[in-house]
Amino acid sequence: MSKVTVVDYGSGNLLSVCRALRHCGAEVSVVESGAGLASADRLVVPGVGAMADSMRNLEARGLVEPLRAFARSDRPLLGICVGMQVMFDAGEEFGVHPGLGLLGGRVRMIPGSRGDGTRRKIPHIGWNALIPAARVNGWEGTILAGLPEEPAAYFLHSFAVDPDDDGARLAECEHEGVRVCAAVKSGLVYGCQFHPEKSGEVGLTILKNFLAL
Amino acid sequence: MALEAHRLAGQLTLANLRLIPRLDIKGPDLIKSVQLEGVRKVGDPRTFARRYYADGADEIIYMDAVASLYSRDTLTELVRRTAEEVFVPITVGGGLRTADDVRAMLRAGADKVAINSAATQRPELIREVAERFGAQCMVLQIDAKQAQPQRWEALRDGGRERTGLDVVEWAKRAEGLGAGEILLTSVDREGTRRGFDIDLIRAVTKAVSIPVIASGGMGSMDHLLAAAIEGTADAIAMAHVLHYGVLGLPEIRRQARVHGLKVRPI
Repeated sequence: MSKVTVVDYGSGNLLSVCRALRHCGAEVSVVESGAGLASADRLVVPGVGAMADSMRNLEARGLVEPLRAFARSDRPLLGICVGMQVMFDAGEEFGVHPGLGLLGGRVRMIPGSRGDGTRRKIPHIGWNALIPAARVNGWEGTILAGLPEEPAAYFLHSFAVDPDDDGARLAECEHEGVRVCAAVKSGLVYGCQFHPEKSGEVGLTILKNFLAL
Repeated sequence: MALEAHRLAGQLTLANLRLIPRLDIKGPDLIKSVQLEGVRKVGDPRTFARRYYADGADEIIYMDAVASLYSRDTLTELVRRTAEEVFVPITVGGGLRTADDVRAMLRAGADKVAINSAATQRPELIREVAERFGAQCMVLQIDAKQAQPQRWEALRDGGRERTGLDVVEWAKRAEGLGAGEILLTSVDREGTRRGFDIDLIRAVTKAVSIPVIASGGMGSMDHLLAAAIEGTADAIAMAHVLHYGVLGLPEIRRQARVHGLKVRPI
């Protein structure tokens, strides 16, 4: 059975993520401090809400340096929603705030205005098909392997990541005419903007793939 | 090329319409209310939620019809157990009055909370919830009763009390306070199966740029199409047609697609 460690830093979707991982057959342990990270096989950082808040909570629990060390250690890491956003250099929600800097790039608000001047719905809430990013040569061997055609995942966010390196973009989605980065990959460091724990069978397949890395 | 671009633009402009079973709960039972007054027991909510998940529901709404402090533990336990087997978003509403109530429900497994009465009495609650937990989980529930042509009043406490709030003005104000979504129920149509109040839905969707879930009155596929196309609703909540097996979710999804609506491919 795959072992996975989930980081508890007060995120609202912690239990949903744990439940989904258990449903996928994983042995799940939850850690609230950096001490538990050293021995983890693989790590999931859940997240909902605002990035600055999340960074503050990670700092308060002494998780910032242990997370950076984990990311350098060549073990699988998955950030979900804001759990992915915090992995980037900085976020622009309620002012500019630094992130963990595991990945180069910024977290920005989805543009509220469409090309024709009409308003885009923000937050982006709902199911969108995952589209392979331009620089990606298929999803084989990644956490997005083996999905059905037009795999739809559940998104719930107002901010999106903008990686410096286009090669880090794994998947995108379209939200009312704008391309949103849906998943990133750099080595064994993964991030999903969508919620795999709330994306039905597609999401469960993604989590199983992560557990098999 | 131009045609292709046009086709693509048309496809990308609208988000997928969400199909959402709404389960009204009283104690341990799934109930169906008629214009928020008479109630009938339908069955065990978890059994229905599981089936709707298997049938491809995009989300689930649990609404506690009694919403007393006493029933809160029952609801929390229901949410907790549902979240162990239903892996789509769950919105929970009914009697949530404080940010701590919200926190408890999120910790139990809810992804979003729907708040009505407490927000009408203290609108700042919307801001508090949005700032603490994110706008995306703060759903403003509006129970709308028509007062005049093109004018609706928000009701609270399960439709028993008036608030004096104009629905469209209230929706705009709530958006400004940080509500991430609106669950818009027509009290006049709820439980009637006569179709959604399209004017109401359109009035609210035009006034705000956050998503609006249309609720109350679905009795047929035509009703859904009208709410989505004429009402420009972002999501459709449905109860009776599903609970009593008049329509099934796979059939609704298929027909929506046949009629040119974008829905999640399953």
